Amino acid sequence: MDKIKTIIYKEWAEVFRNRMVLFITALLPLFMAVLPIFMLVIFNTAGGDMSSMNADTEQLTQLFNQLCVGLTETECVQVYTLSLFMFMFMIIPVAIPVTIAAYSIVGEKTTHSLEPLLATPIKTSELLVGKALAAMLPAIVATWIAYFVFLIGTYFLVSDAVFRQVLDPMWLLAIFIVGPLLALLAVCTSLMISSRASDPRTAEQLSALIILPLILLVIGQSLGFILINSQAILLIGVIVAVLDVIMVIITVQLFERETILTRWK
Amino acid sequence: MISMKGLNKRFGDYTAVDNLTLNINAGEVFGFLGPNGAGKTTTVRMLTCLIEPSAGQASVLGYQVGREDQQIRRRVGLLTETPGHYDRLSAWQNLTFYARLYEVDQVDKQVEKYLRMLDLWDRRQDPAGSFSKGMRQKLAIARALLHEPQVLFLDEPTSGLDPEAARLIRDFIEELKGEGRTIFICTHNLDEADRLCDRVAVFKQRLRVVDAPANLRRQVYGRRITIQLAQNAADFKDAVMAVQGIREIEINDHILAFNTENPEIENSKIVRRLVQAGADIQFVNEVKHTLEEVYLNLIAEEAPSGEAVSKAEMSAASDG
Repeated sequence: MDKIKTIIYKEWAEVFRNRMVLFITALLPLFMAVLPIFMLVIFNTAGGDMSSMNADTEQLTQLFNQLCVGLTETECVQVYTLSLFMFMFMIIPVAIPVTIAAYSIVGEKTTHSLEPLLATPIKTSELLVGKALAAMLPAIVATWIAYFVFLIGTYFLVSDAVFRQVLDPMWLLAIFIVGPLLALLAVCTSLMISSRASDPRTAEQLSALIILPLILLVIGQSLGFILINSQAILLIGVIVAVLDVIMVIITVQLFERETILTRWK
Repeated sequence: MISMKGLNKRFGDYTAVDNLTLNINAGEVFGFLGPNGAGKTTTVRMLTCLIEPSAGQASVLGYQVGREDQQIRRRVGLLTETPGHYDRLSAWQNLTFYARLYEVDQVDKQVEKYLRMLDLWDRRQDPAGSFSKGMRQKLAIARALLHEPQVLFLDEPTSGLDPEAARLIRDFIEELKGEGRTIFICTHNLDEADRLCDRVAVFKQRLRVVDAPANLRRQVYGRRITIQLAQNAADFKDAVMAVQGIREIEINDHILAFNTENPEIENSKIVRRLVQAGADIQFVNEVKHTLEEVYLNLIAEEAPSGEAVSKAEMSAASDG
């Protein structure tokens, strides 16, 4: 455990000296917290006029019927709008750590610091867990902070009925369980890519593709093709948890010190 | 201390290290010499448990490579050929990180000790990225020593350094030698090997020869004596040839050169004969061949293998 902590502190000391990384880690969650609040402000200013929302497709009507039980039309649109941001809060813990994790192994290769590191008595699992946690934890904490900022803003701008929706178990499950599980999946994938890639840019670009499935979900819901409810989130959580276990095992097994040191220049 | 028996490393069809059998004693400074791509770094990587041997056995400090890797890693220090640091972190942070990974008892004390010893104390808070190559090398040596390893592997410790920095590193290695550590040095710098090493091995995929530098000179060149005369040396060639055990006589104006196994005995006989023959002797010298000459002689004997080697395989083996 001490070695894992040592790896984490070193990674943070190194990564957050890069002001751009620090900026992105802070800015993206802040943006995701402020954007829905800003939209609610605009919405309230416009008087909750649904006609401006272009929400007259058949799919959206069905979606609203499921989503808006016991809510007014205005509240329903607010809940729908905010529900899109639930995915954004799931994307943050995936988007931020992938580039950090993608650089973490291949970056050490390029700076020639990997060989002395692997010569120390650190186990592969300790090294990878340290690097994964170092990439994940700031993003998860930043997401949670952003969610609390979002909650505070929402509290003052929506009715109690709508506010209860953003404290729904589905939201809590998505942000506090599924988000971190997705982050782990993304980080494991990035670490695997990083240990196999030959240069940092390739690793970062490949890792960025991990966000695609989540973006597709956002688009799917915003167009009304899919409705994400508590059951769907739970199902996603279970699937991601299983994938996490598989990915952790694969990532550790694919991290072959010899291959990494000898097959790469 | 370090033992290799039939050690072999293949990358696909390419054999980087072939059937290496070698023993290195405790407290010995051992030079591992060979051209680029000879397999030196590959050997060091096997002995430091970074890569696995394809065949054969090796042990370091009595621990088996491949079976007791963690035990070995705890007890050896490694200076890699291209020592990388965390450039955004200070020298202090770099060393503290490694001291913790090596589970050093008194981290701050050890870090301070080596920063002071290698003259980096005043720059301890500066990012490693701002260091000169010499300072980076010193920092890497400090890193390799933090956990007080009994065995130290130094891969090209003075490569690419200016003469002053190289000398500082060499002096430091001599200090370490005085502490009784076993030091395994891969180097191209044959003068360095000559000065520092108790024994050297010439290696190119397989072991060519291993011995003390002085013995190697003797093996390759024998002991060559030159005698400078006031007269033309050709006039006295017969006098020298009459002495038993004298070989490879060469005449060059006033210089008479020859090989002998035992100059301590033969020289006096030759000098006596020359004086009897009327020669005026000005100087008697033993030719000191450099280790570089010995090395080049040994390496030149070996033609490279004609086997086709894939790019990936060469890449895998090319740094050593």
